[in-house]
Amino acid sequence: MSRRFPRWTVALPVALALGLSGCGSAVPAGSAATPAGAAKGAKEVTVFAAASLTGAFTALGKHFEAAHPGTSVKFNFGSSATLAQQIAQGAPADVFAAASPATMKTVTDASPATSPKTFVRNKLQIAVPSDNPAKVDELKDLADPKVKVALCAEQVPCGAAAVKALDAAGLEVKPVTLEQDVKATLTKVELGEVDAALVYRTDVIAAAGKVQGIAFPEADKAINDYPIAALPKAPAGELAEQFVGLVLSPQGKDVLTKAGFEAP
Amino acid sequence: MGAVTEQNRTASARPPWMLVVPALAGLAFLVLPLAGLLVRAPWSTLPERLAEPYVLEALRLSLVTATVATAMSLLLGVPLAWLLARVEFPGRRLVRALVTVPLVLPPVVGGVALLLVLGRRGLVGQWLESAFGITLPFTTAGVIVAEAFVAMPFLVISVEGALRAADRRYEEAAATLGASRWTVFRRVTLPMVMPGVVAGAVLCWARALGEFGATITFAGNFPGTTRTMPLAVYLALETEPEAAIVLSLVLLTVSMIILAGLRDRWVSAP
Amino acid sequence: MTLHARLVVTRPAFTLDIALDVRPGEVVALLGPNGAGKTTALRALAGLVPLSKGEIVLDGHALHTLAPEQRPIGMVFQDYLLFPHLSALDNVAFGPRCQGASKAEARRTAAALLERVGLAERAAARPRQLSGGQAQRVALARALAVRPDLLLLDEPLAALDAHTRLEVRSELRRHLADFGGATVLVTHDPLDAMVLADRLVVIENGAIVQQGAPAEVARHPRTDYVARLVGLNLYRGVADGPRVKVGELLISTSERLEGAAFVAFPPAAVALYRSRPDGSPRNLWQARIDGIERHGDNVRVHLDGPVTAFADITPAALADLDLTPGQTIWASVKATETHAYPA
Repeated sequence: MSRRFPRWTVALPVALALGLSGCGSAVPAGSAATPAGAAKGAKEVTVFAAASLTGAFTALGKHFEAAHPGTSVKFNFGSSATLAQQIAQGAPADVFAAASPATMKTVTDASPATSPKTFVRNKLQIAVPSDNPAKVDELKDLADPKVKVALCAEQVPCGAAAVKALDAAGLEVKPVTLEQDVKATLTKVELGEVDAALVYRTDVIAAAGKVQGIAFPEADKAINDYPIAALPKAPAGELAEQFVGLVLSPQGKDVLTKAGFEAP
Repeated sequence: MGAVTEQNRTASARPPWMLVVPALAGLAFLVLPLAGLLVRAPWSTLPERLAEPYVLEALRLSLVTATVATAMSLLLGVPLAWLLARVEFPGRRLVRALVTVPLVLPPVVGGVALLLVLGRRGLVGQWLESAFGITLPFTTAGVIVAEAFVAMPFLVISVEGALRAADRRYEEAAATLGASRWTVFRRVTLPMVMPGVVAGAVLCWARALGEFGATITFAGNFPGTTRTMPLAVYLALETEPEAAIVLSLVLLTVSMIILAGLRDRWVSAP
Repeated sequence: MTLHARLVVTRPAFTLDIALDVRPGEVVALLGPNGAGKTTALRALAGLVPLSKGEIVLDGHALHTLAPEQRPIGMVFQDYLLFPHLSALDNVAFGPRCQGASKAEARRTAAALLERVGLAERAAARPRQLSGGQAQRVALARALAVRPDLLLLDEPLAALDAHTRLEVRSELRRHLADFGGATVLVTHDPLDAMVLADRLVVIENGAIVQQGAPAEVARHPRTDYVARLVGLNLYRGVADGPRVKVGELLISTSERLEGAAFVAFPPAAVALYRSRPDGSPRNLWQARIDGIERHGDNVRVHLDGPVTAFADITPAALADLDLTPGQTIWASVKATETHAYPA
């Protein structure tokens, strides 16, 4: 993961991926207007954040706008790896909050940034449909070939964490699918297409009762640190640092804990 | 005098720039991204990357599923196109609109919709599992279903257009020669709309080959079973953009070769 | 194989209602202007247009209840409609195949028929490689290959150029003479009708206005349309002995009749004069020239006056008389050249 990509290597495949998927998350249209808006006095800060932060950061954005009248916070939520590539390609991000240090490193390697700070940690849980048809209650049940399991692909942070946790438990699990992100993995559980999946605790809480979460001890071996950094070249430099400050403040911690994150 | 005439003729033969300029811009718009891939491809490491077994595996899966999905679309789509073009029934306009739904539906939504119907707890899927022990999600059959769902409208629209444009009097002529409606369809209608059927099948195949959203949502992603080239490209992008370029080039090259071959054989025939 | 039909087809702005009887071996031509309903009648016989009322009985069997593919018919379409994806041979073999013949058997039948229409060497050709005349003959062979009891031909010669037409017409006549079933053909060309048919049925506005043997129809037209087709000036009037009163004009004729009558004379019988001619008493009237046009080797002069008429004169006469449209002149016809018959 720790590699530098010249701009071109990233720009083309991203465009390709957007075309192929037909559903890729694009940079919000408003963000391009940031410099012009700043010049007029209307202040705007653009935050690129991992999809798992959607709920908590949206709430924090409202707090920030209330505390700084006349500013607005724009969000671009998506897979951390995709966001990192968009930033490396020149997407106008003021703040980057990633779901793994590795993806953060892609960005800080390519361009200077304030030193990333870990602001929350996320832990895996076993998610099962609310009626738990396969009667899963611990991690080793996932190794049963009769149990259909969905995992994230190893290329994305939740997949890497799942591999770490399963390795720590010494379990051989054969999933039926390796999903491209954690939300897709969770959807498979919500629809009952799989009997179990490894997802973040925060996702189980966000699913609000549609799935059941089961904590397991090996999850401690695969804890995900979420780093955040302001990008100094960003047009709204000062506001960016202020937003990072809010995330790290007790108020920010409070909102994030309610969403299921743990303090680092 | 002769020179003037010659000049006039040349002037009138020149295509109007109002068409040529946007045409060239359109061509550049379509071709430049491909050129970009070619220019930026990691040529030096290409042989090793191509030799990796997962490339061949994904390619083979893509070709097989797209081809089977096209066959399935032909089997179901041509009769559907015939029904829409030739049979008057109440609500035909509505049905025609419904057929195009997969075209406008974001493929991921299409995948979710397929799960709701054919998934383990879906309306039909439930019954398929209890009666026949068939489950579609996370299987290669599921990939085919997802691709056919997204790609079949291209075939239906193309064939329906050909059927509407076909001169129905040939069918009348066949009837006066004693041909039943099925014989008329098989021996007169179908051969006469064959260029439309082939064009539709090519579109359908190309669309199925590039299918991503519905496939990953409905059939999931597992090497060898459901990870087609577009899925492999998407995942490679997460970590290794060069690998994504290589995979894209492989997909493009193979599909171009196949489509060019088909075009020579069918599409350019007068 | 006697055909007995009453065809009623009702459309929003048009009604076809005709009765048609055709004997075995007889060729009946439906003749009429565009839109008269003759093609509709033919399609109704084939079952391609449903009857609103009426019946079609062939040899005592009802046909109108059958689908087109079940009727013992063969049809030649105006532009032939040869299947473009099949060779000439397979086009002809199509019908026998549909009737259950094996592929080899159907091809044998087809080859024999192509031989009969003189196209054995074009068997492998695709329709687009055939000339118009050849395509017409393949279409005829294809229709005959199903051994029909009723042969239907829709404008069989209309798509051909004048030269080919002459040749194909006489050939078609020979084939129709060989055919033992009933034949109905549709045409708007009087010459085709006269040459090919045993009997003409003239249709105007969905109804039969006249029928009879070609010579009879040609000699005694009963509508302006038929008169124009056969090239006669035709008037309807009231006869009183050797004279027929047509509007203001009294026309002397060679026949003696009483009551409603037609008078007909050919345009060539009309003589034109710049000033009133003297001499023998004849049908003479003053007319205004409405138009002048070429007509074959002659010149046709359109006359307006107490009666409208066509006069055919030679170009030399036109030059001598120095005629121009709008001019008033004198026209005459000898009584011996007129022909009167009861209306």
